[in-house]
Amino acid sequence: MIRVLVVAEHDGRRLSAATAKCVRCAVDLKPDSLVVAVFADGGSTVAEQAAQLAGVGEVVLVDAPHNAAPLAAVLAPQVVELANGCTHVLGPSSTFGKDLLPRVAALCGVGQVSDVLAVLDSHRFRRHVHAGSAVVTVEADPTRLVVATVRLASYSGVGAAAPAAITRRSLSVAVPSHTRFVELRSDKGGRPDLQTANRVVAGGRALGSQDGFRLITELADALGAAVGASRAAVDSGFVANDQQVGQTGKIIAPELYVAVGISGAIQHITGIKDARTIVAINKDPEAPIFEIADVGLVADLFKAVPELTSALRARDER
Amino acid sequence: MVAVKRVVDYNVRVRVKPDGSGMALEGLKMSINPFDEIAIEAALRLKEAGTCDNVLLVSLGPAEIEPQLRTGLAMGADRAIRVDVAGSLEPLIVARALHAVALREQPILVLLGKQAVDDDHGQTGQMLAALWGRPQATFASQLTVADGVATVTREVDAGLETLAVDLPAVVTTDLRLNQPRYVKLPEILKAKTKPLTVLPFAALEIPAQRQFTVREYVPPPQRSAGVRVKDVPELVATLRSRGVLA
Repeated sequence: MIRVLVVAEHDGRRLSAATAKCVRCAVDLKPDSLVVAVFADGGSTVAEQAAQLAGVGEVVLVDAPHNAAPLAAVLAPQVVELANGCTHVLGPSSTFGKDLLPRVAALCGVGQVSDVLAVLDSHRFRRHVHAGSAVVTVEADPTRLVVATVRLASYSGVGAAAPAAITRRSLSVAVPSHTRFVELRSDKGGRPDLQTANRVVAGGRALGSQDGFRLITELADALGAAVGASRAAVDSGFVANDQQVGQTGKIIAPELYVAVGISGAIQHITGIKDARTIVAINKDPEAPIFEIADVGLVADLFKAVPELTSALRARDER
Repeated sequence: MVAVKRVVDYNVRVRVKPDGSGMALEGLKMSINPFDEIAIEAALRLKEAGTCDNVLLVSLGPAEIEPQLRTGLAMGADRAIRVDVAGSLEPLIVARALHAVALREQPILVLLGKQAVDDDHGQTGQMLAALWGRPQATFASQLTVADGVATVTREVDAGLETLAVDLPAVVTTDLRLNQPRYVKLPEILKAKTKPLTVLPFAALEIPAQRQFTVREYVPPPQRSAGVRVKDVPELVATLRSRGVLA
């Protein structure tokens, strides 16, 4: 029997698209039961959204004031309680899942498979190592619980289906008070979310300054795209840290990725190689980004990008 | 207490062995995992601010990892423990070992990198916090410690999240936490005489059974280079013809 528990990610009002991707991965395990757990303060709307994901057999809603913020130390013992009797616990390889799932695994006395990119069977998985320099097969011990995070760029979300039942559970596990949420600062400027956007425009150090980076945001707005950046651009302070794409930032798989003034270090490439179409604009014809770009333009970005932006805007107006 | 892992240097391109049994690592330049170097720097700054008296480095591995511990001592750490063990270790086993050391050493804070750039697991800090029953603050980009509480700003997908955690606690470091200092020659010489204790793995009395088998190392599917366009109009036309742009 394969019994899978998927830990839902949400912001209190909306279910994250990551959860539908985790469910897709869970379905690949050919489960006999597939339960989505929603931990929230309130959370009925989120639970209803989770119940509509195809393949989900049941949604368990744990509605409690201490679940208002997603604190790993608070959530982990509750996940462990719900995991009782399960063979697999899955969560997204987002900062939420990366924070929580290893804590769950250790409390259960098991290891974790990080960033599953493919399921071979219920206990064999594929994942990357060394910034995507290799793909390996990991075989988990079939006598133990499997705890895993799902590499979001490798999965599309499941669609909608007739809603599954929602069960409210109150758990009697003790939750710690040693960890307290203070605040969340978020500034997306009304643009699409980088992790889930269909189109992404990203800039590198070559933009030169925070001011120069405006060329990227203008192009992104003309395309309706999210804004990303190389580590170099983030370290240089052009943009916020949550816009970093690559091994140690976000791993994304948009339909269109436009890399501007990014040379293409392997740590960056590993974050974008699942993109459908990669466009590179760089003045250095030898830049490694051109080795993987579908469409390359060797040009001075300070001329080419404004020209591209106005060409796109002109098309919009027609 | 800072956990340190020796990894292939960040700038070295690693390849799969022709027989697929692993990565070809022989003769490659090795370094402290870059995130762990940031963790060491964070600990040193806490010491310089008078928050702690002593910075201890802990690493697991054979004698070959000692140069990386010496580098950390040269940065300014006071002493180091090498848990003597051979072979690759799963994160849960590393976390158990660090937990055993933490129980002996009673640190106010354990700092680790958020992930090692070789296996990319990103698990050890969270597992240590779970086993120890203490708070965790992962992906830290700011850290202040006062009155038994660490205030940590975390780099999360939604932006910057701030947590307050009671000490002792586990903090894992992200790239923007600090810029690690460069080591000066006199410090390297001084580091040679700093205490480096070797602890046999068996002395920790922890279960060390592996739970996973890793096999079939293969290079990832490569994207091939596409077309080069000469100017912006041709770029737009190409994207249109491929259906990428309307």
